[in-house]
Amino acid sequence: MPTTEPAASRQRWMSVLARAPERDLIALWDAFAAKPAFEWLRRPETGAVMVRGRMGGTGGPFNLGEMTVTRCSVQTDGGLVGHAYVQGRSQPKAEAAALIDALMQGGDAARVEAEIVAPLETGMTEKKQVQAAKAAATRVNFFTMARGEDE
Amino acid sequence: MYVAVKGGEQAIDNAHAWMAERRRGDTDVAELTTDQIREQLALAVNRVMAEGSLYDPDLAALAIKQSRGDLIEAIFLIRAYRTTLPRFGASEPLDTAAMACDRRISATFKDAPGGQILGPTFDYTHRLLDFKLAAEGGAPRAETADSDPVPVPHISSILGTEGVLQPEPRTDTTPRDLTREPLSFPADRAVRLQSLTRGDEGFLLGLGYSTQRGHARNHAFVGELRIGMVPVEMEIPELGFAIEIGEIEATECETVNQFKGSKTEPPQFTRGYGLVFGQSERKSIAMALVDRALRWEELGEENVGAAAQDAEFVLSHSDNIQATGFVEHIKLPHYVDFQAELELIRRLRREAEAAQAPAPDAPAERTKEQEPAE
Repeated sequence: MPTTEPAASRQRWMSVLARAPERDLIALWDAFAAKPAFEWLRRPETGAVMVRGRMGGTGGPFNLGEMTVTRCSVQTDGGLVGHAYVQGRSQPKAEAAALIDALMQGGDAARVEAEIVAPLETGMTEKKQVQAAKAAATRVNFFTMARGEDE
Repeated sequence: MYVAVKGGEQAIDNAHAWMAERRRGDTDVAELTTDQIREQLALAVNRVMAEGSLYDPDLAALAIKQSRGDLIEAIFLIRAYRTTLPRFGASEPLDTAAMACDRRISATFKDAPGGQILGPTFDYTHRLLDFKLAAEGGAPRAETADSDPVPVPHISSILGTEGVLQPEPRTDTTPRDLTREPLSFPADRAVRLQSLTRGDEGFLLGLGYSTQRGHARNHAFVGELRIGMVPVEMEIPELGFAIEIGEIEATECETVNQFKGSKTEPPQFTRGYGLVFGQSERKSIAMALVDRALRWEELGEENVGAAAQDAEFVLSHSDNIQATGFVEHIKLPHYVDFQAELELIRRLRREAEAAQAPAPDAPAERTKEQEPAE
């Protein structure tokens, strides 16, 4: 875990980009006007990450199975370096995520945050809230029936 | 005698073409899309991801379509695909306590902190065919309720504070990986759990059932079953810190088992653990039962000779891709092996007949032996 403030905020936006639905991320990126020219430091590559669990939820780690992840790295013509590790196999999503990561470290950060990262995060939060509300509707409320010994 | 044979290419090509036509089925019926499979056959997708050992719903849906719904064939396709992927690394262990629970039930505590959340379950349905689904189904909507973000702690953390539950002390040793080194025995619990979570649901279901019927002495309660999304974190080498690289759905089951104590352990509840990709409730319960049965040795219990206690038996036979490969390969050409067996049977029969035959000077027999071989 990063302890410094810049690392913590970068951790946040990279996590948002990794989890964001591909369609939403691409749509917002397509609508973003100030796309930079860039060079590949690493072209998009799809691979696997071994997901681990803990025995009993809290004990020692074990290998649960793999998930697909796509990664790439870019350098913008402004010299900003961006990385992406995103869930799934979409290379366009990884490319957009790496460029957004780069821009979030430069002068356009506030604009990228407002136009892309924040809307993505809000969308995902809202989706989670709807899901939680559906789960809450299935929470059991027990009530006590007349007990035998009361008679 | 052995005759080398070659051929069949045309027959094989034509068989595959017919299989593709059969897969498509009646062309008057709309073709199934992989999006439809992912969204509407989600539990089949989950099983293929769990036993294929690769979390990717789109790929699992494609595999189900390609395999015409034969889930073991689909799992085979996913296993083959995953071997082509470079490994970027391993995640931080999932924090299942932080799961956004769609479902969370406990059979041991009615008033569990966080509540009993039924979620999207088949439980309490009447198992009557719903003919409305055979017509146009429409778009049903779930009810919602105000949801205060209450914490949903693991039930085991509540029992644990009283000391009546065997603890699961945290360690950070790197677990052995079955996809990188072959299974060998004795297999530690980390290897067993990896093997079980990708093992065949039907096989584990049968073994789990056997433990309940008395073929390994442990009476299990479902302390907790939870299903929901869990973030996956991984340390990124370029950055030197961890980010969330995604989010997966998982099912976690923890059983709590009666335990009178042994030479090495005090009387307490012991635990079985199941963790499976996707909404995979039956599998995770069965996994927890089998995990608990396999722990007999470390808990100082007696080996009663039950199948579910035999790690070599369980782990060597739970992988349905290995199993189907070996079971099904006997349908493939074994002409040479069979020819050899046939020759052997004929020789043994000749010898047996000769042993039973009357005295060697019997004329009829001699005549027969002089006939040319066919």
